[in-house]
Order: sequence, then structure tokens, then C-alpha cells
Amino acid sequence: MTTMEELSTPARITWCPGCGNYAILTAVKRAIVELGLRREEVVAVTGIGCHGRMTNYIRVNGIHVLHGRVLPVATGIKLANQRLTVLGFAGDGDAYSIGMGHLSHTARRNVDVKYIVHDNLVYALTTGQTSPTSEPGFRTRSTPRGAYEQPINPLLQALASGASFVARGFAGDVRHLTMLLKEAIRHRGFALIDVLQPCIVWNRVNTYEWYRERVYKLEEEGHDPHSLEEAYRRAVEWGERIPIGILYREERPLYHEHFPPLRRGSLAFQPLKTPDLTPLLEELS
Amino acid sequence: MVCIGIKDETISFLIGGEAGQGIMRSGSLLGRALMRGGLHIFGVNDYPSLIRGGHNFYILRASEREVYSQGDGVDLLIALNDESIELHINDLYPGGGVIYDEEGKLDPRELRGDVKTYPTPLTGIVKEIGGPRVVRNTAALGVALSLIGFNPETMRGVIRDTFKGREGIIEMNIKALDRGYEYAERNFEGLGCRVETSKSRDERIMVTGNEAIALGAIGAGCRFYAAYPMTPATPILHYLAAHDEEAGMVVVQPESEIAAINMVIGAAYAGVRAMTATSGGGFCLMTEALGLAAMTETPIVVVINQRPGPSTGMATYTSQGDLLFTIHASQGEFPRVVVAPGDVDECFYLTMEAFNLAERFQIPVIILADKYLAESHRSTRPFDPSRVGIDRGELLTEWSGDEEYRRYRLTESGISPRIIPGIEGATMLANTNEHDEYGFATTNPEMVKAMMDKRFRKLKALRREIERLNPVRVYGSEEAEATIVGWGSTKGPALEALRMLEGEGIKARFIQVVYLEPFPAERVEELLSGDEPKLLVEMNKTGQLGSLIKLHTGVTLEHRLLRYDGRPVNPGQICNAIRGVMR
Ligand SMILES: Cc1ncc(C[n+]2csc(CCOP(=O)(O)OP(=O)(O)O)c2C)c(N)n1
Ligand code: SF4
Ligand SMILES: [Mg+2]
Repeated sequence: MTTMEELSTPARITWCPGCGNYAILTAVKRAIVELGLRREEVVAVTGIGCHGRMTNYIRVNGIHVLHGRVLPVATGIKLANQRLTVLGFAGDGDAYSIGMGHLSHTARRNVDVKYIVHDNLVYALTTGQTSPTSEPGFRTRSTPRGAYEQPINPLLQALASGASFVARGFAGDVRHLTMLLKEAIRHRGFALIDVLQPCIVWNRVNTYEWYRERVYKLEEEGHDPHSLEEAYRRAVEWGERIPIGILYREERPLYHEHFPPLRRGSLAFQPLKTPDLTPLLEELS
Repeated sequence: MVCIGIKDETISFLIGGEAGQGIMRSGSLLGRALMRGGLHIFGVNDYPSLIRGGHNFYILRASEREVYSQGDGVDLLIALNDESIELHINDLYPGGGVIYDEEGKLDPRELRGDVKTYPTPLTGIVKEIGGPRVVRNTAALGVALSLIGFNPETMRGVIRDTFKGREGIIEMNIKALDRGYEYAERNFEGLGCRVETSKSRDERIMVTGNEAIALGAIGAGCRFYAAYPMTPATPILHYLAAHDEEAGMVVVQPESEIAAINMVIGAAYAGVRAMTATSGGGFCLMTEALGLAAMTETPIVVVINQRPGPSTGMATYTSQGDLLFTIHASQGEFPRVVVAPGDVDECFYLTMEAFNLAERFQIPVIILADKYLAESHRSTRPFDPSRVGIDRGELLTEWSGDEEYRRYRLTESGISPRIIPGIEGATMLANTNEHDEYGFATTNPEMVKAMMDKRFRKLKALRREIERLNPVRVYGSEEAEATIVGWGSTKGPALEALRMLEGEGIKARFIQVVYLEPFPAERVEELLSGDEPKLLVEMNKTGQLGSLIKLHTGVTLEHRLLRYDGRPVNPGQICNAIRGVMR
């Protein structure tokens, strides 16, 4: 079975000590180990931002892609080989700003990929600018008088787009996050996990302490994740109390099940030989 | 087989009408019938980006010899509305004929006295047989067949095959065809052009550039296609979506061109052959990801069907304005292939080659075509995919596991073997950041340089391979008194021009640059070393191939025929220009 050591890489970790990304990395490795996945059957796709270094730190297949483009690349991989477990890692800027369009479309298609968003409410790698999830009034180097745009609610966005699994995690609770990741991977279909990830350098407001005072676990309050209505109600909660856990899950047909050629198995392992074009050419004669 | 037109051994028809009147369908019916009758055909459409209204026309040219493009005029005008008479009466050769609906208000005799007129009760026929208005076209085709003396039975077969399974439509069209044919037999004298079917003939297909590219992708074993609709590349999406099961291909319409190319990169990373297609505007959105493919060394194929820009330009017209953009698109420096097919055969075979080059050299390959080539029909011999075959290059399907797999191993050739993710004992890390041999991000100056050098080392073998693929093709006389230089779809009109010039006793040749990147500089330089006058022919404003030639060889082509009104160059224009430069 896969072990935590096997999943480690020799690459030197360059995240700030205390960064929430460490917890996400640990939770992902644990989820892989606890689910008994072989490292060869997992692919990590990362966007651009501090989170994007994930692919350097976990010894599974990986492709580090462009800013905002995690989901289309992940979709291509899943369609090429549906046997792979495809994990996408993005930042809040990555996922909810430049790559926002892909979230709705990947969710509505129910592509069987898991989207883990390292949501630190700020652009970290580019040294502290406002993000679509920054709270109103949040001061950054691009919003010195404080953020003045209404923040995006990623959970509502995902629900409204037809995501079949929507959850929120907290990098201050690795065990809980590991549970969420395992559930998301077990889920058949698209999963969004928005992870509250403290950035200790560029976000001095939404800190570990700030979150600890506010987060509560949905499963401890009898939330029914099969109720879309309930999910919407929980999704709008923010401020005094912030829910973490699985907001919503449902079973829907998977995207890759729509394509007849995939019934013959993964495209990537179907033998490739020069086809007989005669029937197609006859149509043109 | 006999085919004699008014002007030469070709016969041309122009079918004109309003968008929505089924002009293109009629053109392809006629083309297919003549092809089955043993002729070679070429068909080109012209239409605005509208669903209804607006003027459409289709020119079909046929001959016993191969036909490479439209000619300079037409023998027979099939005018389905008054506007078509007005717009095209002067395209007729003297002595040509015009078929039109009796019910129209315009009398072509008032516009031109030297043409024959065939007023036909097209609307009347349709009313009589109780069909929809579009079958007027088929009745008009019946008239046309009678005028050229072509047996309508072949056309009946084409109608049956085209509308297979829709019995009502077949019956209606055959009725209209027969009524038109009979009416003409009774009332009109022939046109003075003769086309007769012959029994002995080679097997032929009638195919557009788009269909040929789609078939090339299928032939190459492309298993994944994602494309956002954009004229004039959309027909590839339509064709592949309709044939996904036979092709074993996953065909996706994503949310944008950005999504399309990134999906293609994902699929190619995972080990399948993958392609996207678009036009210039969509390619603009793809440029960042083109660099991702280059940096991660993921083999992808991108088709660009050019249309006039800048910006949205003219969606349904043609251009060669994106050559330099395509060669330079995306930040940074990396090897890529840009190849420009000039006819439907090249569309097929070069697309097949594109997949082999992409996988063998792990680079993006761009097929640069244009509306004129992509949407025009030509008859040709059925394609044979075994002529190119499939070569996936260094793709490992197993790994011993004795050592850690390195995606970007520094090799002498610059090519690092890929694996298919999922195989036992190895994982593969691809990276958009500069990286080391394992794929881990790095900024180490030696490694950065080593990786850039590794990617560029591939050029050596790539250039050799492209030389083998005949990157510059020459047609016409060895000892030419004049040379035409071009690329892409100007090939057709240029070849027609060579024939016309030959008829006038002028020995000319045409140099077609097929592979534009890496540029076959030596070969081009060698071919341009003579001192005969040379004419650059392009469908753009600035003579972009001319700039490339200048850059790579120092040769300046001073004489230029540049057309940038969205319409293809006509053979006669090239002839005139050649006569001009020879003076
Ligand atoms: C097309 C493009 N635009 C801009 C950038 C610069 N850039 C890098 S990361 C980033 C935003 C990072 O924010 P986020 O996604 O939240 O990631 P974080 O660093 O906070 O983890 C930007 C704008 C880029 N790499 N590519
Ligand atoms: S800047 Fe913030 S997000 Fe980036 S590594 Fe440091 S703490 Fe983490
Ligand atoms: Mg962020």
C-alpha cells in the first residue's frame, strides 16, 4: 500500500512556515494513503499561485498548468483516461477570477474531477492584491482604501452551476479536511472543496484564530447534504458563523459516460493503429 | 467522357440565390453527380455570415482533367433570384446561358445580349408537385443537366444517397429534377457545352478541406477533439461529432477556445492524440496554452482556418493574414511546426503527418489553412492513411521501476521519452515552470539553459525530417521564364494559371512553400536563385511569405499580387500579373 513517505518528493518546500498550504498537502497525502490509491493512478493538476507548487511536493502524476486553467486540463485528462483519479488544485484568484468560467461548465458537466481551491482570500504569489473572495474593506496593495467589490460566494456559484458535490474545508483542521477529501474522491462526479487557507503574510485578517472562532461543522449540526435548499441556506452563512463540511452531494450521470468510444475502456490504453477509412470515404463518393 | 465548355475544356456553373435557399446543397449535388459521371470537379462557395437573406453563390467547375480552382468566368448561371442575375450576368462567358425563374421581374436579355436565356417556370413546377420552395433549385439543376446533355439518372442516385432515409424529400427532389429536365428538353436548345457520363472511371471522392483534415485526424488515430464553434473551422467539429463512434474519438464542444486547447493538452498529456481547430480569433485565445504545450513538451495539433481580420473581420471569407502571427504566437521561444496545405489531398496527408511530428518531437504542430481551402470542394482519389502511417515516437508503455522516471531527461536528441500516466512504477511530472529533469520547478541558471537547449536540440532532427517531407513543392516547367511563389490555398489558382500560361506559350512554374516553420531556407534560396521574374502571390496585405523569405534567405520578391478583399485569387489575375512582370 502507498505510504506517506512514498508520496513525498525531494523538492524543497518553499511555502512560508505556518502557511495553510502545508495542511492541505498533508490532508491530500493522507486521503490517498487512507483510500489505498496507487500513486500511479492519481494525477494532480495545479494552477498558478502559491498553491501551484503542490505538484512539486507530492509524488503522483502531475501537470502544473496556466493560471486559471486547471479544470479544462483536468477534464482532458479524465476523458483520455477515466481510470485516473484527477485532483485539481487552484487558488482563489486562479479558480474564481481568471478561471471562473471553467468552474460553472465543469460543474454542470459533472466531470469526475475533484477541485480543491486554496482559498486565502488574497493573491499571495503576486504579493498581495485583492481577490474575488476578499472581504469588503480588506486592504491590499491594489486596494489601499479597502476592497470595494462584492465578494464572490464560490459555494453558491458551484451549487447554481449544478455541482454534484460541494464542500468547504479549513486548513486548521487536517483530520476534517482529510475526511472531506476522501468523501470527494469517493463521490462519483465533480466535487468542489473550497478550503479556507490562512496566508500568514498577505492576509492578516482572516487568520487561523479568526477562523477558529467562527467555523462549525455541518455534520455536527444535523445538516442534510442531500437537500439543495438546505445547501443554499448554509452556503450564504459567513461572518459570525462559517460552516465547514459537505454542503451538498447528489448522484448524477458522469460526463465521461456520455461518450461511446469510452465504453471500450480508457482512450489512453486503446491500441492505436491505422484505421480503415473505407466506410467514411464511401460516404463522400 | 466528353467535356467541352465555352472557353476551354472545363465547364463552370454559378448557382446564386438568397442565404437559406439551399445554394450550397445544390452545388454539392451537382458536383457529386458530375464526379460520378467521371469528371473532376472543384466547387467554391461565397456567402455572408447570415442565416437567412443575403446573397449566396456557389461556383462549380468540372472537367475531364483535374480542376484546381474556379475559372475566370462561367458557362451557365443558375439564378434563383433577380439579384443573382444582376450580380453575376457579367461573369458569363459570351455565349453562356442563364437559367432563371419565369416569375422573376428581371429579364436578363435587357442586361446582356450575348448570352442565352432559359426562363423556366421554377415556381410553377414546385407548385404543381406540391413541394417546398427550395426544390426550385433541383428543378433548375434538371434544366442545367438537359442543357449540357448530362444523363439525369446519375443525379437521381446522388439525390437518393444525399437524403438517404428521408423518402419524402428524395421523391420530391427527383420529381423536381425530372420536371426541370423535361421542360428544358421540350423547350430549349442545348447550350453548346457537352458533358457526357462515361462508364470507365477511377474511384473518386468529393471532399472539402475541412472534411479532409477531419479524415486526416481520424486516419492518424486522433482520439480527442475539442473545439469551440468558429467559422470556417466549425465543419470539422460537425464532421467529427457525426462520426465519433466510427472514429473512436471523444468530441467535445467546450466553453471557449481557451478551454478547448487546455483540454487537448490534458488529453495529450494523458497519452492520446488530440486536436483542436479554430480561426484567428480563437487562436488568439489559445496562444498562452500553445506555450504551455511547448513548455510541458505535450504534443498537440492545432488547425487554424484563416479568415480576414483584424478582429471579427469577415467570418465567411478567406485570408492568409495570420502566417507571421502563427509562427510567432505565444511568449518565449520554442520549436513548433507550421504547415500549410494547399489542396484537399494535402489537408489529409499533412494532417496525418502533423500528428506524427507532434508526437515524435513532442511539440505543438499548427496546420494553417483558410476558408477558401477549408470549405471548397474538390474531387480526388480516396485517401490512403497507410501512406503516412502512425509513428508515436518515444512513448513508453511500461517502466522497469529500477530508477525514478525523469520526464525531461537531458538526451542528445533533446527528446525525452514520455510515459502514459497510469503505468506501473512511474509517475510523470509536467511543468509550465522551467523545470529540471524530473519536472520539478527550477530557476537554477545552468538547468534553465540546459532545458532550453534540450528543447531546441530537437530542431536538428526535426529539420531533417521536414526535408524528407518535401517542404517546398515545385510545379510546372523546369526551365521557367517566370516563377510564381505562394503558399496554402493559392496553390489551386496558381496551378490553373500555369495551364493558361502554357496555352499562351509561356513556360512558368509555381513554388509552393508547404512547411513554413521551421523554414526550409536552403531549399527556398536554391529555388529562387535563378534570374527569371518572380511573382509573390498571397491573400494578405503585406506579403507575409515575402517577409519570411527575405528574413531567411535575403531574397526580396519585388513583384507581388496581393489580394485582401476576402475573395480567392483567380487564375486569370495571376496570368495577368505574370504577363506584367515578364514585360
Ligand atoms: C495569465 C496570467 N496572468 C497573471 C499571472 C500572475 N499571477 C500569478 S499567480 C496570480 C494570482 C495568485 O492568486 P491565487 O490564485 O489566489 O493564488 P495564491 O498565490 O493566493 O495561492 C497571478 C495574478 C499569471 N501567472 N498568468
Ligand atoms: S505567501 Fe501566503 S500563501 Fe504564499 S506561501 Fe506564504 S503564507 Fe502561504
Ligand atoms: Mg489566493
